[in-house]
Amino acid sequence: MLLARVTGTLVATQKNRKLEGAKLMLVQPLTLEDTPRGPELLAVDGVGAGVHEKVLIVLEGRSASDAIGKKAAPVDAAIVGIVDEVDLP
Amino acid sequence: MQLGRVVGNVVLNMKNETLDGVTLLLVQPLSSSHEPSGRIIVAADSIGAGVGENVFFVRGKEASFPFYPVEVPADAGIVGIVDHWYLG
Repeated sequence: MLLARVTGTLVATQKNRKLEGAKLMLVQPLTLEDTPRGPELLAVDGVGAGVHEKVLIVLEGRSASDAIGKKAAPVDAAIVGIVDEVDLP
Repeated sequence: MQLGRVVGNVVLNMKNETLDGVTLLLVQPLSSSHEPSGRIIVAADSIGAGVGENVFFVRGKEASFPFYPVEVPADAGIVGIVDHWYLG
């Protein structure tokens, strides 16, 4: 899993039917120092996250599919939590 | 998933038989500021996207799910056409 920042939302009328009703969010993966890490991704939202929030994302199809409660949905990334804080002693 | 723009298509004469009838499109991954982000890839299309359209695509085994029960040997697949996106 990765920490990421929600940077935007996306609207797509024409999409795979398993994605109907799913919220699509643009997310920027982050390092522990909150700097961007790698390219921006599109993730389905399983928790009701909002723009600017720091979130936890999974980058694996089966888990991402589970996060939106669909079996075998063609997704590879999902938001599974909203981060309160990260402690790195 | 990632944002991308369809920039072309690929035609195969000799191919894995499960790819019969599957459209293969060239997709340039994009950032949310419409800038190219990484190398152009070939993606299987199950939506009916066309050249010039902004799409989003999935990577990995999940790219073959839209073609179920046919097990298409693809590692990238277009799963939606983008209307627009909003940045916060």
